[in-house]
Amino acid sequence: MTENRLVPALSLIALLGLWIVAAAISGDPTVLPQPWALITPFMQEVASGELPYHLFQTLIRVLWAFALAMGVGIALGLIMGRSERINRWLDPWLVVFLNLPALVLIVLCYLWIGLNETAAIAAVTLNKIPNVTTVIREGARATSRDLDAMAQVYRMSRWTKLRHVTLPQMAPFIAGAARNGVAVIWKIVLVVEFLGRSSGVGFQIHLYFQLFDVAMVLVYAFSFIFVMLAVEWLLLQPWERRVRRWRAA
Amino acid sequence: MISVDIQRKSYGETQILGRVAFQIPKGETVAVLGPSGVGKSTLLRIVAGIDPDYQGTVTRPDKMAIVFQEPTLLPWRTVLQNITLVHPDLSENAAMRMLKKVGIADKAHLFPGQTSLGQQRRLALARAFAGQPDFLIMDEPFVSLDPETADIMLGLTETLIAETRPAVLFVTHAREEATRLADRILELRGQPARLAPHLVETGEIE
Repeated sequence: MTENRLVPALSLIALLGLWIVAAAISGDPTVLPQPWALITPFMQEVASGELPYHLFQTLIRVLWAFALAMGVGIALGLIMGRSERINRWLDPWLVVFLNLPALVLIVLCYLWIGLNETAAIAAVTLNKIPNVTTVIREGARATSRDLDAMAQVYRMSRWTKLRHVTLPQMAPFIAGAARNGVAVIWKIVLVVEFLGRSSGVGFQIHLYFQLFDVAMVLVYAFSFIFVMLAVEWLLLQPWERRVRRWRAA
Repeated sequence: MISVDIQRKSYGETQILGRVAFQIPKGETVAVLGPSGVGKSTLLRIVAGIDPDYQGTVTRPDKMAIVFQEPTLLPWRTVLQNITLVHPDLSENAAMRMLKKVGIADKAHLFPGQTSLGQQRRLALARAFAGQPDFLIMDEPFVSLDPETADIMLGLTETLIAETRPAVLFVTHAREEATRLADRILELRGQPARLAPHLVETGEIE
């Protein structure tokens, strides 16, 4: 095994060791249960169908918010990066939204739209759009003027140009925004569920928080962390490798 | 018929081009000769339609092609796709024939970064001629090549021009290239730059 893989593995095992030691020192499973003490409640939640149901609910919200935030963010970022005029108009808005606490947006969405799915997804999306826009704008500013000129003279269609000339140049920025996006969005989704939904991992954590059931809080948290790691390893990283093929070649 | 009539072109306060007017009938190759920095590329960008910010009129056909100083390829698409994406009406076979003509058919499925700079320039030429352009614009396409390669590329370009017979506007600072390739040479000089009234036959241009 190479050192590249060995070190992260060892590092994770060390973290697990730290957990075991801490649990042993505290000696109170209601404060911090041993890692293996989570296995039984986990199995129960899976068997009852509770965990899959709530995981699925959260995942759907993450997907919606992710798709919307990336779509709007990429479009806005492209426009702002390519037109200094529009950028001058929209940049102050971006700064305002970037500095608006997630919690404020969530509460306002619930107050204005209502305690429903639309408000939940809108709140997460609005929280994420400014970050995506900022990253994509940098990418759009760095696109090649020569390739633009080439596409223009050869009369490439708008769609072909976007797909084969512009977006490939943006790929590293899109990948960065996506990676960062997934990480941030699922955390905000949990807060949104915690505050105003009756399903999802965030709702379950809220429930077990009120019951002071640390084990179940950890079960739900870890389940979702594993799902998001799977997304990172099985979807994001392979996609990134694919769009980077030409660089490695 | 390509018809260029530029009244003036400025960047901010600095006027780059004065009145520059000429026409290129189909099948004619015109070289624009001038020292570096005189405004050749500016002229070319206006004629190509890349730069719309000038006073004057330019009439150009729809089917145009351009060869830049740099190959200006899509490095994330294969050599073959670099032709088929730019010319969606072109069949894959026709694109392959074009690659064969410039001698890089065996590289069709590589990415441009996996080929040499000379091969990338050949690809840029293939891309330009693949669409059977009515008007071809070339911006110092042989600059920074060693004399031998430049000579081969010039020969290749001559052959392709003879086959396709587009109107060609060709910008260069090398007189030999201009005389070899062009039917007519226009000289751009002065500041703001204008076309020199008479072609100077000898002497270095500074």
